[in-house]
Amino acid sequence: MIHARDLEFAWPGRPPCLQIDALDIDAGAHVFVHGPSGCGKSTLLGLLAGVLLPRSGTLTVHGQDWARLPASARDARRADDLGVIFQQFNLLPYLSVRDNVVLPCRFSDARRRRATQQARDGRPDTAAADLLQQLGLPADAHDRPAGTLSVGQQQRVAAARALLGQPSLVIADEPTSALDAALRDNFLALLAGPLRQWGATLVFVSHDERLAARFDRVLSLPDLNRAAQSAVSA
Amino acid sequence: MRTLLPLAWHSAWHRRSTLALVVFSIALATFLLLTLERARHDLRSSFTQAVSGTDLIVGARTGSVQLMLYAVFRLGGATNNVRMSSIEELSRHRAVAWVVPLSLGDSHRGFPVLGTTTAYFQHFRHGDAQALVLTQGRPFGGDLDTLYEAVLGAEVADRLGYRLGDRITLTHGLPGAAAGGLAAEHADKPFTVIGILQRTGTPVDRTVHVSLQAIEAIHLDWAGGAPLPGLRIPAEQARKFDLNPKQVTAALVGLRSRAAVFAVQRAVADYPAEPLMAVLPGVALDELWQAVGLGERALLALSGVVALVSLAGLVAVVLTGLNERRRELAVLRAVGAGPRHLLLLLTAEGGLVTLVGAALGAVLSALAVGLLGPWVQAHWGISLQWAAPTATQGLWLAAVLGAGMLASLVPAWRASRLSLADGLSPRA
Repeated sequence: MIHARDLEFAWPGRPPCLQIDALDIDAGAHVFVHGPSGCGKSTLLGLLAGVLLPRSGTLTVHGQDWARLPASARDARRADDLGVIFQQFNLLPYLSVRDNVVLPCRFSDARRRRATQQARDGRPDTAAADLLQQLGLPADAHDRPAGTLSVGQQQRVAAARALLGQPSLVIADEPTSALDAALRDNFLALLAGPLRQWGATLVFVSHDERLAARFDRVLSLPDLNRAAQSAVSA
Repeated sequence: MRTLLPLAWHSAWHRRSTLALVVFSIALATFLLLTLERARHDLRSSFTQAVSGTDLIVGARTGSVQLMLYAVFRLGGATNNVRMSSIEELSRHRAVAWVVPLSLGDSHRGFPVLGTTTAYFQHFRHGDAQALVLTQGRPFGGDLDTLYEAVLGAEVADRLGYRLGDRITLTHGLPGAAAGGLAAEHADKPFTVIGILQRTGTPVDRTVHVSLQAIEAIHLDWAGGAPLPGLRIPAEQARKFDLNPKQVTAALVGLRSRAAVFAVQRAVADYPAEPLMAVLPGVALDELWQAVGLGERALLALSGVVALVSLAGLVAVVLTGLNERRRELAVLRAVGAGPRHLLLLLTAEGGLVTLVGAALGAVLSALAVGLLGPWVQAHWGISLQWAAPTATQGLWLAAVLGAGMLASLVPAWRASRLSLADGLSPRA
């Protein structure tokens, strides 16, 4: 599913900040990647999402090497097969909760088609409403502007958006760091459920190792990243 | 495109207070450009429409522009008058077809009074060789029975609400003097409105026309700009005096053949009895236009600068806003928007903002021309047309729109690069 070989990334004019000899993640696995700030977590996610390209080595996702695709094809593929949850500020505050969730359907026909199949009545809006309900956001909140929700609620909306249209890979960058302990557990449980339904892969990055128990596999990025090791030892 | 436009609209509405400022400055620039262009266009046509069919304008020796200004545009005063005997001799010149003497110097409630002969209604032409047309009544008779009769220009009648049969009194001195309170009324000799002219868009609209004899009659008991103390000649008795004018301000001259125009001009210049000059209206208009045109070009350049400044404002606001919008654009990139989507999004916003601003400016300009037009007409004699945009106005409008779109390309290009570097990392 995800295979990395001799992966190396560096910002222009800087020493490498990410060097991974080998990394393999099975399809459908829920993987927890942890490590302190600055160990290359966001860089790894950027590479997985095809936003950043490695300086050398290969990284294939679903058998496709990001580096072999032209920029527009990477954008299209990201829209089709990838769900993303940021640490915070995931939503466009001027759109309603529902419109935020169906946003990927505006840019990807594949997502729209799958969201349509997902819905009871064939409308992406219904699929979005169902997902929001599943994630514990009551129907009366669906038409509110996203900017008026609490941080915890906003993260659930972001999760619903990442799940809509059944992407095969969901990556999450510390999505629970702004939530308290109870909300955090609840959020993780709600996120994992739907992903299992269609066997999507989840790569979840956090510095908080207490979350690790809920995942199939736990990776320590400092152990994996030779660049971080040399930086620490230096 | 279809899916992006609502997004652009919602996003713009979210930042409406900032964008309103840009819209306002673009509206202001458009307003200035369109209004100045309208004024420039109509000023030019007012000038060229004011007189036609007249071959020469004759007056006391002065600058040709000055002669033109007071004889045709009723602006400023003559330094010297012309003896009526000179005008009569000129009319006997074999190349001269007709002569219309003009006598200026009085006013009525801010509008200039012109003393002339019935030949004026016959020979005066404006615009594209159009004759004067009376919408109501008839011209003054020009004899003793019809001494106190006045024919009003359309603007005078409209603004002061006069109808046929109304009685009006004239004021000694030019409109400017009347405003200063220094003028005296010819209250003892009221005039009756007997004709109202059709609107021409020229200074004729603002003129009260009476006969030369009437001008003589109201000044019988005056000397040096003030009533003679102890002397009162009632209106009826005035008819018993010799009312043939001794002096006039200027004269319009029509020739039998245009070919003689320089010969007659020379004859006037060489007239031995008094220093006179004759100008060709076309030449004097060109000269006048060159003087006015300099200011006109300066105005145009100024409005161009204003447009440039507000477009620079558009770019600046969008670029500054880009920093605040980094999150928004990163989110869009994460859900699958490509650089071309962002490019489209920001260009659409720039286009929208420019369109709204330009439309607002055009509406404001039309309103200003509609509302201030009568005031401009009254004070400067330029009739602003509340009409479809001129070609140049259309060009300015297109330029503002085009420049707005172009200006929004700069931030759009930067955004499409920025957000890729921002990528998925919220801390970048």
